[in-house]
Amino acid sequence: MTAADASRGVSPLYDSAMTSTDVPASGGVVQSVPLAPPAAWLAVSFEHRMGLVEFRVGTRAHITVDGDSCRGCTTKACVTACPANLFVPTSDGGILFNYEQCFECGTCYMVCNTEGAIHWTYPDGGNGVVFHRS
Amino acid sequence: MPEPDNKPDTDNKPEIAAPDFDVIVVGAGPAGSAAALVLARAGRRVCVLERGPFPGSKNMYGGVVYGRILDTLIPRWWEEAPVQRWVTRRGTVIMTETQSLTIDYRTTAWGDEPYNGATTFRPDFDSWLAGHATDAGAVLVTSTTATGLLRDASGRICGVRTDRPDGDLTASIVIAADGVNSFLAKEAGLYPKATPDNFTLGAKEVLALPRDEIEKRFGLTGNEGADLEIVGCTRGIAGGGFIYTNLESIALGVVVSVTELAEAKVRPEELIADLKRHPMVAPLVAGAELKEYSAHLIPEGGYDMMPELVTDAMLVVGDAAAMCLAAGVWLEGVNFAIGSGQAAGQAAIEALAARDTSAGALAGYRRRIEESFVLADHRKLRRAPELLMSHRMQTVYPTLMCNLAEGMFTVTNPVPKKGVVALSWGEIRRARVKLRHLAHDLYTSVRTFG
Repeated sequence: MTAADASRGVSPLYDSAMTSTDVPASGGVVQSVPLAPPAAWLAVSFEHRMGLVEFRVGTRAHITVDGDSCRGCTTKACVTACPANLFVPTSDGGILFNYEQCFECGTCYMVCNTEGAIHWTYPDGGNGVVFHRS
Repeated sequence: MPEPDNKPDTDNKPEIAAPDFDVIVVGAGPAGSAAALVLARAGRRVCVLERGPFPGSKNMYGGVVYGRILDTLIPRWWEEAPVQRWVTRRGTVIMTETQSLTIDYRTTAWGDEPYNGATTFRPDFDSWLAGHATDAGAVLVTSTTATGLLRDASGRICGVRTDRPDGDLTASIVIAADGVNSFLAKEAGLYPKATPDNFTLGAKEVLALPRDEIEKRFGLTGNEGADLEIVGCTRGIAGGGFIYTNLESIALGVVVSVTELAEAKVRPEELIADLKRHPMVAPLVAGAELKEYSAHLIPEGGYDMMPELVTDAMLVVGDAAAMCLAAGVWLEGVNFAIGSGQAAGQAAIEALAARDTSAGALAGYRRRIEESFVLADHRKLRRAPELLMSHRMQTVYPTLMCNLAEGMFTVTNPVPKKGVVALSWGEIRRARVKLRHLAHDLYTSVRTFG
Protein backbone atom coordinates (compact mmCIF):
# COMPACT_ATOMS: atom_id res chain seq x y z
CA MET A 1 0.00 0.00 0.00
CA THR A 2 1.31 3.45 -0.84
CA ALA A 3 0.89 6.73 1.00
CA ALA A 4 -1.78 7.68 -1.52
CA ASP A 5 -3.71 4.48 -0.79
CA ALA A 6 -3.37 5.16 2.89
CA SER A 7 -4.87 8.60 2.47
CA ARG A 8 -7.74 7.31 0.36
CA GLY A 9 -8.60 4.65 2.90
CA VAL A 10 -9.59 7.43 5.28
CA SER A 11 -9.79 6.39 8.87
CA PRO A 12 -12.58 7.42 11.24
CA LEU A 13 -10.04 9.66 12.98
CA TYR A 14 -9.42 11.50 9.77
CA ASP A 15 -13.10 11.94 8.94
CA SER A 16 -14.09 13.32 12.31
CA ALA A 17 -11.02 15.50 12.75
CA MET A 18 -11.35 17.18 9.38
CA THR A 19 -14.80 18.54 10.15
CA SER A 20 -13.59 20.79 12.95
CA THR A 21 -13.06 24.45 12.25
CA ASP A 22 -10.94 26.08 14.95
CA VAL A 23 -7.46 26.17 13.50
CA PRO A 24 -5.28 29.20 14.28
CA ALA A 25 -3.99 31.44 11.52
CA SER A 26 -0.31 30.86 10.87
CA GLY A 27 1.40 34.03 11.98
CA GLY A 28 0.22 36.39 9.27
CA VAL A 29 2.07 34.57 6.51
CA VAL A 30 0.41 34.91 3.15
CA GLN A 31 -0.53 31.56 1.69
CA SER A 32 -1.03 31.59 -2.05
CA VAL A 33 -3.21 28.48 -1.99
CA PRO A 34 -5.96 27.25 0.32
CA LEU A 35 -4.73 24.95 3.05
CA ALA A 36 -6.19 21.57 3.88
CA PRO A 37 -9.48 21.82 5.78
CA PRO A 38 -9.05 23.19 9.31
CA ALA A 39 -8.87 20.58 12.02
CA ALA A 40 -8.97 20.50 15.79
CA TRP A 41 -5.91 18.27 15.93
CA LEU A 42 -3.85 21.07 14.37
CA ALA A 43 -4.95 23.65 16.92
CA VAL A 44 -2.33 23.31 19.63
CA SER A 45 -1.72 26.34 21.82
CA PHE A 46 1.91 27.20 22.48
CA GLU A 47 1.32 26.82 26.21
CA HIS A 48 0.00 23.29 25.67
CA ARG A 49 2.92 22.50 23.36
CA MET A 50 5.49 23.56 25.96
CA GLY A 51 3.49 22.05 28.80
CA LEU A 52 4.13 18.59 27.34
CA VAL A 53 7.87 18.93 27.93
CA GLU A 54 9.56 18.40 31.29
CA PHE A 55 11.83 21.21 32.47
CA ARG A 56 13.63 20.86 35.78
CA VAL A 57 14.05 24.52 36.59
CA GLY A 58 17.20 25.50 38.46
CA THR A 59 17.58 28.67 40.51
CA ARG A 60 20.40 30.02 38.33
CA ALA A 61 19.38 31.52 34.99
CA HIS A 62 21.66 29.69 32.52
CA ILE A 63 21.02 32.32 29.86
CA THR A 64 21.13 36.02 30.60
CA VAL A 65 20.13 38.78 28.23
CA ASP A 66 21.55 42.29 28.43
CA GLY A 67 18.48 44.41 27.83
CA ASP A 68 20.55 47.55 27.15
CA SER A 69 22.33 45.88 24.25
CA CYS A 70 19.00 44.70 22.87
CA ARG A 71 17.50 48.19 22.73
CA GLY A 72 19.82 49.10 19.88
CA CYS A 73 19.06 45.90 17.97
CA THR A 74 16.88 46.28 14.90
CA THR A 75 16.55 42.63 13.91
CA LYS A 76 15.75 40.93 17.23
CA ALA A 77 16.18 37.61 15.45
CA CYS A 78 15.94 35.70 18.75
CA VAL A 79 12.25 36.62 19.08
CA THR A 80 11.05 34.50 16.17
CA ALA A 81 13.84 31.94 15.87
CA CYS A 82 13.76 30.58 19.45
CA PRO A 83 11.75 27.34 19.18
CA ALA A 84 10.58 27.75 22.78
CA ASN A 85 9.47 31.36 22.21
CA LEU A 86 11.36 32.63 25.25
CA PHE A 87 12.27 36.11 23.96
CA VAL A 88 9.61 38.77 24.23
CA PRO A 89 10.13 42.31 22.93
CA THR A 90 9.24 45.02 25.46
CA SER A 91 7.57 48.36 24.76
CA ASP A 92 10.81 50.27 25.39
CA GLY A 93 12.63 48.30 22.68
CA GLY A 94 14.31 45.80 24.97
CA ILE A 95 13.93 42.07 25.38
CA LEU A 96 12.30 40.18 28.20
CA PHE A 97 13.74 36.71 28.57
CA ASN A 98 12.54 33.64 30.42
CA TYR A 99 15.06 30.79 30.85
CA GLU A 100 12.74 28.26 32.41
CA GLN A 101 11.40 26.40 29.36
CA CYS A 102 14.60 26.35 27.32
CA PHE A 103 15.49 23.42 25.01
CA GLU A 104 19.17 24.41 25.38
CA CYS A 105 19.51 24.34 21.61
CA GLY A 106 21.71 27.42 21.14
CA THR A 107 19.73 29.05 18.33
CA CYS A 108 19.41 32.38 20.21
CA TYR A 109 23.11 33.06 20.62
CA MET A 110 23.77 31.83 17.07
CA VAL A 111 21.32 34.30 15.49
CA CYS A 112 22.12 37.19 17.84
CA ASN A 113 24.02 39.92 16.02
CA THR A 114 24.74 42.05 19.08
CA GLU A 115 28.00 41.11 20.71
CA GLY A 116 27.53 40.22 24.37
CA ALA A 117 23.75 40.62 24.40
CA ILE A 118 23.06 36.93 25.10
CA HIS A 119 25.22 35.11 27.62
CA TRP A 120 24.64 31.40 27.13
CA THR A 121 25.75 28.48 29.30
CA TYR A 122 24.34 25.07 30.05
CA PRO A 123 22.06 24.79 33.07
CA ASP A 124 23.60 23.30 36.21
CA GLY A 125 23.85 19.51 36.08
CA GLY A 126 20.51 17.74 36.28
CA ASN A 127 18.52 20.87 35.52
CA GLY A 128 16.86 22.02 32.33
CA VAL A 129 15.02 20.11 29.66
CA VAL A 130 14.49 16.36 30.09
CA PHE A 131 13.28 14.41 27.07
CA HIS A 132 11.58 11.24 28.17
CA ARG A 133 12.30 7.59 27.56
CA SER A 134 9.52 5.83 25.68
CA MET B 1 48.03 26.75 21.74
CA PRO B 2 50.34 23.92 20.63
CA GLU B 3 50.12 22.90 17.02
CA PRO B 4 48.54 19.48 16.43
CA ASP B 5 51.71 18.25 14.76
CA ASN B 6 53.91 19.04 17.77
CA LYS B 7 56.65 16.66 18.60
CA PRO B 8 55.72 14.41 21.53
CA ASP B 9 56.69 15.95 24.87
CA THR B 10 59.82 14.43 26.19
CA ASP B 11 59.12 15.54 29.77
CA ASN B 12 55.64 14.06 29.59
CA LYS B 13 54.36 14.21 33.16
CA PRO B 14 57.01 13.42 35.72
CA GLU B 15 55.89 16.20 38.07
CA ILE B 16 52.15 15.52 37.82
CA ALA B 17 50.34 13.44 40.41
CA ALA B 18 48.43 10.44 39.12
CA PRO B 19 45.23 11.75 37.50
CA ASP B 20 41.78 10.73 38.75
CA PHE B 21 41.11 8.88 35.50
CA ASP B 22 42.95 7.82 32.37
CA VAL B 23 40.24 9.45 30.26
CA ILE B 24 37.32 11.77 30.95
CA VAL B 25 34.62 11.69 28.32
CA VAL B 26 32.33 14.72 28.40
CA GLY B 27 28.87 13.75 27.19
CA ALA B 28 27.10 10.38 27.29
CA GLY B 29 25.63 10.58 23.81
CA PRO B 30 26.48 7.97 21.16
CA ALA B 31 29.98 9.37 20.53
CA GLY B 32 30.92 9.59 24.19
CA SER B 33 29.51 6.20 25.12
CA ALA B 34 31.23 4.49 22.16
CA ALA B 35 34.57 6.01 23.23
CA ALA B 36 33.99 5.02 26.86
CA LEU B 37 32.96 1.49 25.90
CA VAL B 38 36.15 0.91 23.90
CA LEU B 39 38.34 2.34 26.68
CA ALA B 40 36.63 0.43 29.48
CA ARG B 41 36.94 -2.84 27.59
CA ALA B 42 40.67 -2.18 27.30
CA GLY B 43 40.80 -1.89 31.09
CA ARG B 44 41.28 1.88 31.13
CA ARG B 45 39.86 3.99 33.94
CA VAL B 46 37.28 6.10 32.16
CA CYS B 47 34.71 8.55 33.52
CA VAL B 48 31.74 9.77 31.47
CA LEU B 49 30.17 13.08 32.52
CA GLU B 50 26.56 13.68 31.54
CA ARG B 51 24.85 16.96 32.33
CA GLY B 52 21.35 15.50 32.04
CA PRO B 53 19.80 13.26 34.69
CA PHE B 54 20.34 10.25 32.39
CA PRO B 55 22.03 9.66 29.01
CA GLY B 56 19.92 10.93 26.12
CA SER B 57 17.79 13.20 28.28
CA LYS B 58 19.04 16.28 26.39
CA ASN B 59 19.02 14.62 23.00
CA MET B 60 16.56 14.49 20.15
CA TYR B 61 16.94 13.88 16.46
CA GLY B 62 14.77 13.41 13.45
CA GLY B 63 16.25 10.32 12.32
CA VAL B 64 17.34 6.82 11.83
CA VAL B 65 20.14 4.96 13.57
CA TYR B 66 22.09 3.00 10.97
CA GLY B 67 23.41 -0.10 12.65
CA ARG B 68 26.42 -1.39 10.68
CA ILE B 69 28.81 0.59 12.87
CA LEU B 70 27.46 -1.32 15.88
CA ASP B 71 28.18 -4.79 14.42
CA THR B 72 31.73 -5.01 15.76
CA LEU B 73 31.06 -2.98 18.91
CA ILE B 74 28.01 -4.92 20.13
CA PRO B 75 27.53 -8.14 18.12
CA ARG B 76 23.85 -8.90 17.43
CA TRP B 77 22.94 -5.47 18.79
CA TRP B 78 19.55 -5.74 17.07
CA GLU B 79 18.44 -8.34 19.59
CA GLU B 80 18.70 -5.87 22.46
CA ALA B 81 18.73 -2.29 21.17
CA PRO B 82 15.61 -0.25 22.08
CA VAL B 83 14.28 -0.07 18.53
CA GLN B 84 10.90 1.38 17.62
CA ARG B 85 10.66 0.20 14.00
CA TRP B 86 13.02 -1.18 11.36
CA VAL B 87 13.00 1.17 8.40
CA THR B 88 11.89 -0.75 5.31
CA ARG B 89 10.51 2.22 3.41
CA ARG B 90 12.62 5.22 2.42
CA GLY B 91 10.79 8.00 0.67
CA THR B 92 12.34 11.12 -0.80
CA VAL B 93 9.59 13.65 -1.27
CA ILE B 94 9.75 16.76 -3.44
CA MET B 95 7.00 19.23 -2.60
CA THR B 96 5.33 22.45 -3.50
CA GLU B 97 2.37 23.80 -1.58
CA THR B 98 -0.08 21.71 -3.63
CA GLN B 99 2.05 19.00 -5.21
CA SER B 100 4.37 16.20 -4.18
CA LEU B 101 6.58 13.80 -6.07
CA THR B 102 7.94 10.84 -4.11
CA ILE B 103 10.66 8.34 -4.83
CA ASP B 104 9.39 5.60 -2.56
CA TYR B 105 11.88 2.79 -2.06
CA ARG B 106 10.72 -0.28 -0.17
CA THR B 107 12.47 -3.53 0.60
CA THR B 108 11.85 -6.53 2.81
CA ALA B 109 15.63 -6.94 3.17
CA TRP B 110 15.90 -4.09 5.71
CA GLY B 111 13.25 -5.76 7.87
CA ASP B 112 15.49 -8.75 8.55
CA GLU B 113 18.87 -9.38 10.15
CA PRO B 114 21.26 -7.69 10.11
CA TYR B 115 18.87 -4.78 9.43
CA ASN B 116 19.82 -1.44 7.91
CA GLY B 117 18.37 1.26 10.10
CA ALA B 118 15.91 1.78 12.92
CA THR B 119 13.82 4.51 14.43
CA THR B 120 14.35 4.93 18.15
CA PHE B 121 13.93 7.53 20.88
CA ARG B 122 17.27 9.03 21.80
CA PRO B 123 16.68 8.87 25.56
CA ASP B 124 16.15 5.11 25.08
CA PHE B 125 18.99 4.54 22.64
CA ASP B 126 21.58 6.72 24.37
CA SER B 127 20.79 5.16 27.76
CA TRP B 128 21.17 1.70 26.23
CA LEU B 129 24.56 2.44 24.67
CA ALA B 130 25.79 4.15 27.86
CA GLY B 131 24.69 1.03 29.75
CA HIS B 132 27.15 -1.02 27.68
CA ALA B 133 29.93 1.39 28.64
CA THR B 134 29.13 1.16 32.36
CA ASP B 135 28.75 -2.63 32.14
CA ALA B 136 32.28 -2.69 30.75
CA GLY B 137 33.51 -0.66 33.73
CA ALA B 138 33.15 2.99 32.75
CA VAL B 139 32.07 5.33 35.54
CA LEU B 140 29.01 7.34 34.52
CA VAL B 141 28.38 10.55 36.46
CA THR B 142 25.04 12.13 35.56
CA SER B 143 23.55 15.53 36.45
CA THR B 144 27.01 17.01 36.17
CA THR B 145 27.95 19.78 33.77
CA ALA B 146 31.54 20.18 32.61
CA THR B 147 32.06 23.93 32.91
CA GLY B 148 35.53 24.20 31.41
CA LEU B 149 38.92 22.69 30.77
CA LEU B 150 41.46 22.15 33.51
CA ARG B 151 45.05 23.03 32.57
CA ASP B 152 48.30 22.31 34.36
CA ALA B 153 51.07 24.84 35.08
CA SER B 154 52.39 24.47 31.53
CA GLY B 155 48.95 25.21 30.08
CA ARG B 156 48.37 21.67 28.95
CA ILE B 157 44.84 20.21 29.29
CA CYS B 158 44.70 17.88 32.28
CA GLY B 159 40.99 17.44 33.01
CA VAL B 160 37.74 19.33 33.33
CA ARG B 161 36.00 21.57 35.81
CA THR B 162 32.48 20.56 36.77
CA ASP B 163 29.64 22.28 38.59
CA ARG B 164 29.91 19.86 41.51
CA PRO B 165 31.45 21.14 44.76
CA ASP B 166 35.19 20.36 44.56
CA GLY B 167 34.29 19.20 41.10
CA ASP B 168 37.64 19.33 39.31
CA LEU B 169 38.45 16.01 37.69
CA THR B 170 41.89 15.24 36.28
CA ALA B 171 42.69 12.84 33.46
CA SER B 172 45.47 12.09 31.01
CA ILE B 173 43.08 12.62 28.09
CA VAL B 174 39.80 14.50 27.69
CA ILE B 175 37.39 13.40 24.98
CA ALA B 176 34.97 16.20 24.12
CA ALA B 177 31.69 14.53 23.19
CA ASP B 178 29.76 17.54 24.45
CA GLY B 179 27.51 17.97 21.48
CA VAL B 180 26.73 20.53 18.81
CA ASN B 181 27.52 23.59 20.95
CA SER B 182 30.83 22.07 22.16
CA PHE B 183 32.03 24.70 24.57
CA LEU B 184 35.08 22.54 25.26
CA ALA B 185 36.22 22.53 21.61
CA LYS B 186 35.62 26.29 21.49
CA GLU B 187 37.47 26.89 24.76
CA ALA B 188 40.41 24.88 23.46
CA GLY B 189 40.50 27.13 20.40
CA LEU B 190 39.80 24.26 18.04
CA TYR B 191 36.55 25.53 16.54
CA PRO B 192 36.90 28.81 14.62
CA LYS B 193 34.30 27.69 12.07
CA ALA B 194 31.38 27.46 14.52
CA THR B 195 29.61 30.25 12.67
CA PRO B 196 25.79 30.34 12.50
CA ASP B 197 25.55 29.58 8.78
CA ASN B 198 27.01 26.15 9.46
CA PHE B 199 24.12 25.14 11.71
CA THR B 200 20.50 24.18 11.25
CA LEU B 201 17.70 24.04 13.76
CA GLY B 202 15.64 20.87 13.98
CA ALA B 203 12.19 21.18 15.52
CA LYS B 204 10.04 18.11 15.95
CA GLU B 205 6.69 16.88 17.15
CA VAL B 206 6.00 13.37 18.39
CA LEU B 207 2.42 12.60 17.37
CA ALA B 208 0.65 9.65 18.95
CA LEU B 209 -1.55 7.31 16.90
CA PRO B 210 -2.63 3.71 17.50
CA ARG B 211 -0.17 1.19 16.17
CA ASP B 212 -2.52 -0.33 13.61
CA GLU B 213 -3.48 3.12 12.39
CA ILE B 214 0.17 3.94 11.68
CA GLU B 215 0.61 0.65 9.84
CA LYS B 216 -2.50 1.30 7.76
CA ARG B 217 -1.57 4.87 6.86
CA PHE B 218 2.05 4.13 5.98
CA GLY B 219 1.47 0.69 4.49
CA LEU B 220 3.58 -1.14 7.06
CA THR B 221 3.40 -4.56 8.68
CA GLY B 222 4.64 -5.61 12.12
CA ASN B 223 7.81 -3.74 13.07
CA GLU B 224 8.38 -2.23 9.63
CA GLY B 225 8.97 1.52 9.62
CA ALA B 226 8.89 4.42 7.20
CA ASP B 227 11.32 7.31 6.73
CA LEU B 228 10.16 10.19 4.54
CA GLU B 229 12.61 13.02 3.80
CA ILE B 230 11.03 16.10 2.30
CA VAL B 231 12.33 19.08 0.35
CA GLY B 232 10.26 22.09 -0.65
CA CYS B 233 8.15 22.38 2.51
CA THR B 234 9.92 25.22 4.35
CA ARG B 235 8.66 28.41 2.63
CA GLY B 236 11.92 28.72 0.76
CA ILE B 237 14.00 28.71 3.95
CA ALA B 238 16.93 26.38 3.32
CA GLY B 239 16.21 23.02 4.90
CA GLY B 240 13.62 20.29 4.72
CA GLY B 241 11.09 18.21 6.54
CA PHE B 242 10.93 14.67 7.84
CA ILE B 243 8.43 12.05 8.93
CA TYR B 244 9.46 8.90 10.80
CA THR B 245 7.29 6.18 12.22
CA ASN B 246 7.75 4.93 15.75
CA LEU B 247 5.74 2.00 17.09
CA GLU B 248 2.85 4.11 18.35
CA SER B 249 3.78 7.61 17.22
CA ILE B 250 4.98 9.61 14.27
CA ALA B 251 7.95 11.96 14.49
CA LEU B 252 7.38 14.91 12.19
CA GLY B 253 9.50 18.01 11.93
CA VAL B 254 11.59 20.45 10.00
CA VAL B 255 15.28 21.24 9.80
CA VAL B 256 16.14 24.77 8.71
CA SER B 257 19.16 27.03 8.42
CA VAL B 258 19.23 29.13 11.60
CA THR B 259 20.35 32.25 9.76
CA GLU B 260 17.67 31.95 7.07
CA LEU B 261 15.03 31.14 9.67
CA ALA B 262 15.95 34.30 11.55
CA GLU B 263 15.92 36.42 8.38
CA ALA B 264 12.51 35.06 7.36
CA LYS B 265 11.04 35.94 10.77
CA VAL B 266 9.11 32.69 10.78
CA ARG B 267 8.61 30.66 13.93
CA PRO B 268 9.74 27.00 13.77
CA GLU B 269 6.41 25.58 14.88
CA GLU B 270 4.67 27.45 12.04
CA LEU B 271 6.78 25.48 9.58
CA ILE B 272 5.77 22.26 11.33
CA ALA B 273 2.11 23.33 11.12
CA ASP B 274 2.56 24.00 7.38
CA LEU B 275 3.91 20.51 6.87
CA LYS B 276 1.09 18.89 8.86
CA ARG B 277 -1.46 20.75 6.74
CA HIS B 278 0.10 19.80 3.42
CA PRO B 279 -2.41 17.77 1.38
CA MET B 280 0.00 14.85 1.12
CA VAL B 281 0.93 14.87 4.82
CA ALA B 282 -2.37 15.76 6.51
CA PRO B 283 -3.94 12.31 5.93
CA LEU B 284 -0.88 10.66 7.49
CA VAL B 285 -1.04 12.61 10.74
CA ALA B 286 -4.71 13.56 10.98
CA GLY B 287 -6.14 13.14 14.45
CA ALA B 288 -2.79 12.36 16.04
CA GLU B 289 -2.23 13.72 19.53
CA LEU B 290 0.85 15.83 20.22
CA LYS B 291 2.96 14.03 22.83
CA GLU B 292 6.19 16.01 22.76
CA TYR B 293 7.67 19.06 21.08
CA SER B 294 11.44 19.43 20.96
CA ALA B 295 14.26 21.25 19.25
CA HIS B 296 18.00 20.90 18.77
CA LEU B 297 20.79 22.39 16.69
CA ILE B 298 22.50 20.32 14.01
CA PRO B 299 26.02 20.92 12.67
CA GLU B 300 25.33 20.61 8.94
CA GLY B 301 28.34 22.33 7.41
CA GLY B 302 30.14 19.03 6.88
CA TYR B 303 33.83 18.48 6.29
CA ASP B 304 34.78 22.10 5.76
CA MET B 305 33.30 23.32 9.05
CA MET B 306 34.87 20.67 11.26
CA PRO B 307 37.02 21.83 14.16
CA GLU B 308 40.56 20.66 14.70
CA LEU B 309 39.93 17.13 15.97
CA VAL B 310 43.02 16.72 18.12
CA THR B 311 45.14 18.80 20.43
CA ASP B 312 47.48 17.84 23.25
CA ALA B 313 45.52 15.59 25.65
CA MET B 314 42.16 16.20 23.96
CA LEU B 315 40.05 14.69 21.18
CA VAL B 316 36.78 15.99 19.71
CA VAL B 317 34.08 13.54 18.56
CA GLY B 318 30.50 13.34 17.28
CA ASP B 319 28.39 16.48 16.91
CA ALA B 320 31.06 18.39 18.83
CA ALA B 321 33.24 17.71 15.79
CA ALA B 322 30.40 18.54 13.35
CA MET B 323 30.20 14.96 12.13
CA CYS B 324 26.53 15.01 11.23
CA LEU B 325 26.15 14.10 7.56
CA ALA B 326 23.48 16.22 5.91
CA ALA B 327 23.84 15.31 2.27
CA GLY B 328 20.25 15.27 1.07
CA VAL B 329 19.86 11.67 0.01
CA TRP B 330 22.04 10.67 2.95
CA LEU B 331 21.09 12.01 6.38
CA GLU B 332 23.12 10.36 9.10
CA GLY B 333 24.65 11.30 12.41
CA VAL B 334 24.40 8.76 15.19
CA ASN B 335 26.49 6.29 13.18
CA PHE B 336 29.15 8.98 12.60
CA ALA B 337 29.11 9.78 16.30
CA ILE B 338 29.64 6.13 17.22
CA GLY B 339 32.33 5.68 14.55
CA SER B 340 34.26 8.73 15.71
CA GLY B 341 33.89 7.85 19.39
CA GLN B 342 35.15 4.33 18.77
CA ALA B 343 38.17 5.64 16.85
CA ALA B 344 38.92 8.22 19.54
CA GLY B 345 38.78 5.52 22.20
CA GLN B 346 41.19 3.34 20.25
CA ALA B 347 43.59 6.24 19.68
CA ALA B 348 43.46 7.08 23.37
CA ILE B 349 44.31 3.48 24.27
CA GLU B 350 47.39 3.64 22.04
CA ALA B 351 48.49 6.97 23.44
CA LEU B 352 48.05 5.81 27.03
CA ALA B 353 50.05 2.65 26.31
CA ALA B 354 52.83 4.79 24.84
CA ARG B 355 52.63 7.14 27.86
CA ASP B 356 52.40 10.05 25.48
CA THR B 357 49.17 12.01 25.13
CA SER B 358 50.45 14.79 22.91
CA ALA B 359 48.58 15.70 19.75
CA GLY B 360 51.13 13.72 17.76
CA ALA B 361 50.58 10.62 19.83
CA LEU B 362 46.80 11.00 19.51
CA ALA B 363 46.96 11.42 15.73
CA GLY B 364 45.78 7.83 15.36
CA TYR B 365 42.27 9.18 15.84
CA ARG B 366 42.33 11.24 12.68
CA ARG B 367 44.12 8.50 10.76
CA ARG B 368 41.47 5.96 11.74
CA ILE B 369 38.51 8.10 10.73
CA GLU B 370 40.23 9.21 7.50
CA GLU B 371 40.39 5.54 6.57
CA SER B 372 36.83 4.74 7.65
CA PHE B 373 33.51 6.15 6.47
CA VAL B 374 33.58 8.87 9.12
CA LEU B 375 35.85 11.30 7.30
CA ALA B 376 35.87 9.51 3.93
CA ASP B 377 32.14 10.12 3.46
CA HIS B 378 32.39 13.66 4.77
CA ARG B 379 35.30 14.48 2.48
CA LYS B 380 33.54 12.98 -0.52
CA LEU B 381 30.36 14.91 0.25
CA ARG B 382 32.00 18.16 1.34
CA ARG B 383 30.26 20.18 -1.38
CA ALA B 384 26.83 18.74 -0.57
CA PRO B 385 25.72 21.21 2.16
CA GLU B 386 26.31 24.30 0.02
CA LEU B 387 24.76 22.69 -3.05
CA LEU B 388 21.67 21.41 -1.26
CA MET B 389 20.96 24.60 0.69
CA SER B 390 20.98 26.76 -2.42
CA HIS B 391 17.81 28.53 -3.53
CA ARG B 392 17.70 26.54 -6.76
CA MET B 393 17.87 23.18 -5.00
CA GLN B 394 15.44 24.27 -2.30
CA THR B 395 12.74 25.95 -4.33
CA VAL B 396 13.35 26.22 -8.07
CA TYR B 397 14.06 22.56 -8.86
CA PRO B 398 11.34 21.09 -6.59
CA THR B 399 8.76 23.27 -8.35
CA LEU B 400 10.19 22.41 -11.73
CA MET B 401 10.12 18.67 -11.03
CA CYS B 402 6.58 18.71 -9.63
CA ASN B 403 5.37 20.70 -12.64
CA LEU B 404 7.15 18.34 -14.99
CA ALA B 405 5.45 15.37 -13.34
CA GLU B 406 2.11 17.14 -13.57
CA GLY B 407 2.74 17.88 -17.24
CA MET B 408 3.64 14.27 -17.93
CA PHE B 409 0.70 12.73 -16.12
CA THR B 410 -2.03 15.22 -17.01
CA VAL B 411 -3.97 13.87 -19.97
CA THR B 412 -4.63 16.79 -22.29
CA ASN B 413 -7.04 15.21 -24.83
CA PRO B 414 -7.82 16.26 -27.44
CA VAL B 415 -4.49 18.12 -27.49
CA PRO B 416 -1.78 15.59 -28.45
CA LYS B 417 0.85 14.72 -25.85
CA LYS B 418 4.09 16.66 -25.77
CA GLY B 419 7.24 14.61 -25.54
CA VAL B 420 9.17 14.50 -22.27
CA VAL B 421 11.99 16.55 -23.75
CA ALA B 422 9.61 19.26 -24.93
CA LEU B 423 7.91 19.30 -21.52
CA SER B 424 11.26 19.54 -19.77
CA TRP B 425 12.42 22.49 -21.87
CA GLY B 426 9.09 24.16 -21.26
CA GLU B 427 9.43 23.77 -17.49
CA ILE B 428 13.06 24.91 -17.49
CA ARG B 429 11.98 28.05 -19.35
CA ARG B 430 8.99 28.56 -17.06
CA ALA B 431 11.23 28.24 -13.98
CA ARG B 432 13.61 30.81 -15.53
CA VAL B 433 16.60 28.62 -14.78
CA LYS B 434 19.69 29.74 -16.61
CA LEU B 435 21.18 26.83 -18.51
CA ARG B 436 24.66 27.57 -17.18
CA HIS B 437 23.28 27.33 -13.62
CA LEU B 438 21.54 24.06 -14.44
CA ALA B 439 24.73 22.71 -16.00
CA HIS B 440 26.74 23.90 -13.00
CA ASP B 441 24.36 22.23 -10.52
CA LEU B 442 24.29 19.00 -12.51
CA TYR B 443 28.09 18.99 -12.70
CA THR B 444 28.41 19.69 -8.96
CA SER B 445 25.84 17.01 -8.16
CA VAL B 446 27.70 14.42 -10.21
CA ARG B 447 31.00 15.45 -8.64
CA THR B 448 29.48 15.30 -5.16
CA PHE B 449 27.29 12.25 -5.29
CA GLY B 450 28.85 10.36 -8.19
